[in-house]
Amino acid sequence: MKSLRRIWGMVYRHAAMYRHSWPRLVEIAYWPTLELLIWGFTAQYFGQAHAGPRVMAAVALIAGTLLWEIMLRAQLGVTMSFLEEIWSRNLGHLFVSPLRPAELLAALAVVSGIRTVVGLFPATIIAYLLYSYNVFALGPVMLLFFLNLLVMGWWVALGIVSLLFRYGAGAEALAWTIAFGVTPLACVYYPISALPAWLQPAAQALPAAHIFEGMRAALTTHATDWPQLALAAALNAGWALAAIAVFAAEFRRARICGALIAIGE
Amino acid sequence: MEAIRVENLIKRYPHTLAVDDISFTLAPGKILGLLGGNGAGKTTTISLLLGLLTPTSGRITVLGHNMAHNRFAALARMNFSSPYIALPARLTVQENLTVYGHLYNVPNLKRRLTELAEQFHLTPLLSRPAGELSAGQKIRVVLAKSLINQPELLLLDEPTASLDPDTGDYVRGVLEEYRRTHNAAILLASHNMAEVERLCDDVLIMKTGKIVDRGPPEELIARYGLENMEQVFLDIARSESL
Repeated sequence: MKSLRRIWGMVYRHAAMYRHSWPRLVEIAYWPTLELLIWGFTAQYFGQAHAGPRVMAAVALIAGTLLWEIMLRAQLGVTMSFLEEIWSRNLGHLFVSPLRPAELLAALAVVSGIRTVVGLFPATIIAYLLYSYNVFALGPVMLLFFLNLLVMGWWVALGIVSLLFRYGAGAEALAWTIAFGVTPLACVYYPISALPAWLQPAAQALPAAHIFEGMRAALTTHATDWPQLALAAALNAGWALAAIAVFAAEFRRARICGALIAIGE
Repeated sequence: MEAIRVENLIKRYPHTLAVDDISFTLAPGKILGLLGGNGAGKTTTISLLLGLLTPTSGRITVLGHNMAHNRFAALARMNFSSPYIALPARLTVQENLTVYGHLYNVPNLKRRLTELAEQFHLTPLLSRPAGELSAGQKIRVVLAKSLINQPELLLLDEPTASLDPDTGDYVRGVLEEYRRTHNAAILLASHNMAEVERLCDDVLIMKTGKIVDRGPPEELIARYGLENMEQVFLDIARSESL
C-alpha cells in the first residue's frame, strides 16, 4: 500500500502540473491531431481518386497514423515527465525520498498512459468526423494493438532515460528524436516485405512491425493475425526486460559517478 | 543506537579524492556541524549519507540501517533540505507538500500540512505557485517539506541561506525546538558561523576531503585561542599545513 501511495504521489504531482499549464495540455493533443489531419487528407484524396485496393490503403494510412501515435505519445509521456523533474531541479528531492526507482518508473508509465489516451482522443474524434474512420471498428483486437504499442513506447523511453542518466540533460534532444528515427523500421504504412532484404531483420526485431502487419491483416481480412500479435508481445517482453536491465545498470553507475547530482547539467 | 555512523568512508572519482577516509558518529538529539570551504567534501559527504552516491569504500549506517543494502528504510525516517534543489515551480505550495506527504506516507496529511503551514508561516502562501515565491519563502517551503515526515534525522545544507536575519533567527528557533521535542539528530552544513555556534553541539571541519579538526564549538575556539568560529574557520582554511 505504501508503494501505491508513493506512485499516486507522483501521478498527483504531474496531474497538478497539467492543471496549472494549459500549453502543456494543448501540446499533448497537438501533434497527434496535426499528424492525423495531414495523413487523413492525403488518404482521403487517394480514396476519392481511386477505388478498390487504394481505398483500403487509405484506410490503412489513417489507422497506421493513429496507432503509431500511441507509441510516440507513450514514449514522450515517460521521457517528458522525467525531464520535467530535471527542469524543475526536483530530482534531488525525489531520489532522497523513500520513492524507489521502480515506483518512479511505474508513476511515469501511468502518467504516460493517461497522456496517450487524452492526447489521442481529439484525433480519434476527428478521424471519425472528417474521414468516417472509426478506430474501434477493428474490434477488441484494437486493445491489444494499443497495449503493445504502449509497452513499446515505455521501453524505448526507458532506454532514453538511461541515456539521460549517462549524458545528463544535454541529451534531452534524444527524447524527441529516437522514436521518430525508429519509424522507417516500424513499417507503419507499408509491409515488412517493402523494405530491402538486408533491412528486414531489423524491422522483424521490432514489435511495431508485427503490430502493423496485424493491423493490415485485420483491415483486409477482418481476421486477427494471432501469430503476429504473439510475436509482437514476446518481442515487447524481451525488449522491456533488456531496457530494465540497462536502466538498472545506468542508475547504479549514476550513483557511483555522481550523475544523480549533476544530471541537470 | 547512533543516528549516523560513518566508518572509514572514501569517495574517489577518476581524478579526485573527494572524501578521504573519514569516520564520525552523530547521536540522537544532537546537532553536528559540517564545515569546510568550497570543495572540502561536505556536499559529497551529505550525498553519500543520502544514498545519492555510493562510497568507494567504507560503511555508512543511518538509524541502524546499512545504507549499502537498506537505504530506503533509512530514507523513510530521515529528510533533507537544500536551497540548491528546487520544488516544481508550477505546483502550489500545498500541492508540493501534498506530493511529499504521499512519498513519505504521512498519516493525517491534511492536519500535518496545517501544522507545518502554521509553524513556517506558510498559510497565506499555500495556494501560490512555488515559482512565484521569494527566495526566503522558498526556503521556508523546502524546510517545511523536510519536516513533513517528522524525521529522526535531518540533513540540512545551508538551511538559512537567503533568509533575512529575522526569518533566519526564526528558522533556527524552529530547528532547536524540533530537535528538543523529537530528540532528532541534525547534520548541518553551513557557512554561517554564528549559526554553527548557536546550534551545533559538535563540529567537523573538512578540508580536501579529510576531517582536519573536530569538537564542540566552544572547545575549538578555546583550543585555537580565538574569539569565535568564524576566526577558527578562517585559521584552518588559510593554513597551508593542513
